[in-house]
Amino acid sequence: MPSDHFTTAQATLLDPTGLSEAHLNQFMQKLTNVHGCDFADLYFQYAKHESWSLDEGKVKTGSFNIDRGVGLRSVVGEKTAFAYSEDLNPAAILNAADVVSAIGRQGQNVSPDRAWQVRQHAPLYKGLDPVAQMPDAQKIAILEKADQMARAKDSRVKEVMASLAGVYEVILIVSSDGRQIPDVRPLIRLNVSVIVEQDGKRERGSMGGGGRFSFDYFDDQMIEHYAHEAVRQALVSLEAIDSPAGTMEVVLGAGWPGILLHEAVGHGLEGDFNRKGTSAFSGRIGEQVASPLCTVVDDGTLADRRGSLSVDDEGNQTQNTVLIEKGILRGYMQDEHNARLMGMERTGNGRRESFAHLPMPRMTNTYMYGGEHEPEEIIKSVKKGLYAVNFGGGQVDITSGKFVFSSSEAYLIEDGKVTAPVKGATLIGNGPEAMQTISMLGNDMQLDSGVGVCGKDGQSVPVGVGQPTLKMDALTVGGVQL
Amino acid sequence: MSQSNSQSSDPVAVSVDLSRAAEQALEIARQQGMDQAEVSVHQGTGVSITARQQALETIEKHNDAQFVISVYKDHKTGSASSADLSEQGLRDTVAAAVSIATFTGADDCFGLADANRMATDLSDLDLYHPWQATESELVDMALACEQAALDGGDRISNSEGASISTYSGNAVYANSHGFMSDSRGSQHSISCSVIGESQGNMQRDYWYDSQRNPQKLASPESIGQRTAERTLARLGAKQIKSQTATVMYDPMMAKSLFSHLIGGLKGGAIYKKASFLLDQLEKSIFPEFVTVSEHPHLMGESGSARHDGEGVATPSSRNIIESGVLTSWVLGSYTARKLGLESTANAGGVRNLRISDTGQSFDDCLGQMKTGLLVTELIGSGINMVTGDYSRGASGFWVEGGEIQFPVEEITIAGNLTDMYKNIAAIGADTDTRGNTHCGSIVIENMTIAGL
Repeated sequence: MPSDHFTTAQATLLDPTGLSEAHLNQFMQKLTNVHGCDFADLYFQYAKHESWSLDEGKVKTGSFNIDRGVGLRSVVGEKTAFAYSEDLNPAAILNAADVVSAIGRQGQNVSPDRAWQVRQHAPLYKGLDPVAQMPDAQKIAILEKADQMARAKDSRVKEVMASLAGVYEVILIVSSDGRQIPDVRPLIRLNVSVIVEQDGKRERGSMGGGGRFSFDYFDDQMIEHYAHEAVRQALVSLEAIDSPAGTMEVVLGAGWPGILLHEAVGHGLEGDFNRKGTSAFSGRIGEQVASPLCTVVDDGTLADRRGSLSVDDEGNQTQNTVLIEKGILRGYMQDEHNARLMGMERTGNGRRESFAHLPMPRMTNTYMYGGEHEPEEIIKSVKKGLYAVNFGGGQVDITSGKFVFSSSEAYLIEDGKVTAPVKGATLIGNGPEAMQTISMLGNDMQLDSGVGVCGKDGQSVPVGVGQPTLKMDALTVGGVQL
Repeated sequence: MSQSNSQSSDPVAVSVDLSRAAEQALEIARQQGMDQAEVSVHQGTGVSITARQQALETIEKHNDAQFVISVYKDHKTGSASSADLSEQGLRDTVAAAVSIATFTGADDCFGLADANRMATDLSDLDLYHPWQATESELVDMALACEQAALDGGDRISNSEGASISTYSGNAVYANSHGFMSDSRGSQHSISCSVIGESQGNMQRDYWYDSQRNPQKLASPESIGQRTAERTLARLGAKQIKSQTATVMYDPMMAKSLFSHLIGGLKGGAIYKKASFLLDQLEKSIFPEFVTVSEHPHLMGESGSARHDGEGVATPSSRNIIESGVLTSWVLGSYTARKLGLESTANAGGVRNLRISDTGQSFDDCLGQMKTGLLVTELIGSGINMVTGDYSRGASGFWVEGGEIQFPVEEITIAGNLTDMYKNIAAIGADTDTRGNTHCGSIVIENMTIAGL
């Protein structure tokens, strides 16, 4: 029930230190008593993290952390003043509010007390505490199963490393427009990685997943799937030959290879870079920036997904934002600050790593809609090229548009057939140019399994990606075989 | 958010006695029946300022505390952390660690580092130099830094701004051997990033400095100027053909090669058989002219420390690569025991890593390369640490006859780290002295460039 989240937020964040509406008014008056203040907010957060990790068949380490604090921000035009407190006692928060208002030039008017309104948007995930909900012995059992299942797959498996992590967050955003917006966010993840050895040659493989639900998600079938995939990838790598080097046709698999979209277009369409005019996509709304086959969205509203949020970290409802429609650039991802300065709509993309960080426009789940082709047809259309199905990380230079993403499982395509596996290689391209070369889309659109982490300005947030199998007519493959 | 404010950015007085908190936590762990325990506590304050387009953009005030405890009981371990240094906070956190240690598996190798290895010399290493500037002075410096970059010419078309950050803090490490150490440190930085434009194409580049002592920071103007020069030099960059070529890493990029080396030498990667350097101990993995060493006791350097993250006394210096030969892993007490060896005092990493040079200047290195690629930026993380396979996005400059010809972008450089280390032909004396690793330009023969 919606009102439950506010009750939880109040009990977790306000009641323990006796914070009342009168206190919130007092803090907000300090924050807004700055000459020309456009808006201000307080971001209360409680975050519990627990993780366990296994190697050599044993769960050897576990760690537990609780963070609690409030971030205070006041915004005047393009300027932002920010401070935070790890102490939620009224005096400590008032002190932090003083720091924020001291940074600004104090105004003359004290704003009237606000009539606070609680706004609870329909939750996209259950407000459960995954860490508390499952006994520790059962969490250990998940990891031990992953170890046993992976070892049972193949005698060449020499080492299994697995980790399980759970997060429970309670958020309350108190905004200068009088809204109080709560959210309760679970997040879990399981990773399995293996080292295999054959004739003195070693390789690795890994697989994982998760989302905003309880640890019950990791049932035997799911653990088996991760173990199987990790071992399969490692064994494929044992057979891999040198990757080709040069520009060629590249087919990307469905799902996690959508990291292409995250790097090639996603970051470049975040509002802050476009307000400042520093992105290769700046000022290009309405222009053709991808092939007409491509429709790319950022969708924070998918139930239970790792990248989803019922509300963003500024209390705005997330949405399905069309970034590129049939190749035409339609819009940017916006937070409060950049939407205001650009005179655009907020899109619910204001996110922050924690109360100790400032929010900025960030992706949620970024994916491309599927097309018409059977994946086999796409492979068949390639005379000589690369078929890449799994990736590690990626990175982009927003300004030049150059992006990279590194494959961890790839194959040669020869005369329309998938042939030898090749070693991982980094693929590099220019976002707007590479997207124009997409010439075929599969009918197999798929989202990733739920392990994505995005870093920007030193802040990490969980994200999702997805895409159908797709073909790019020309992309540079960074192998060693000329 | 006017610039007329003149509050000092001094760190606030330490509000909690960190040593007392550490002692309390160890006592709580003892009362809970733990065999051993160790605690790290730190507290620090800082300010980050960004100015963009000649106006103040953000001021962020930092004030952090963190407490981490690890407990050991019957060769099982658990750890927990919290920002709450109150007595109740300490009790709750220790209880969480104790609870975890009842569920984890036993391993004889767990436990504190050996008592006879604890550091006894805890004398000062000159690491604490809080910045006495006021906030408005810091804002002025950021503005001056950005202005110097914007003054770089008409082709400087936009800016991501200039940032100044300053941080000072205290840290205590204590364990149930009775060891306790209290240290203070500071770190300050200036950075700038601007955008150049020609023929509708934009390029961005940056420059920075980072020092423990603010007096040693390069001037804001010099950082701004260097930022503009680097940005302008990239305009008109193009792809080159796929080919095998000699690659020269500039000093800032060359450091990354040693970060991969240390990653591959860490005990955790070795005992899990997850390193490309697994069977290389006592073997020659670099040319004879390469020596890689760490120097933990240097005064005022960013990595300096009398002890590692487990209280083990650090040596004043030691070689990791000696005349090309790998002489040691990088071990803490747990991984040392796993391998049947002694800790190398590297819990928490290596400290002040130094790479020997072969004496050449930057220009000499270009001359020695004759024809090839000078790499000034790397993106992506395409490195397989199990096999050493290496493939990263790069940009830089094409060099012929030892002279820079034109800027290059949208290419990758690839090889295998094992071969790349052996194929080092020169290490310049143009050392980048910022940060924990100091290194000059590095020339590596026979890498694959993928491009057109």
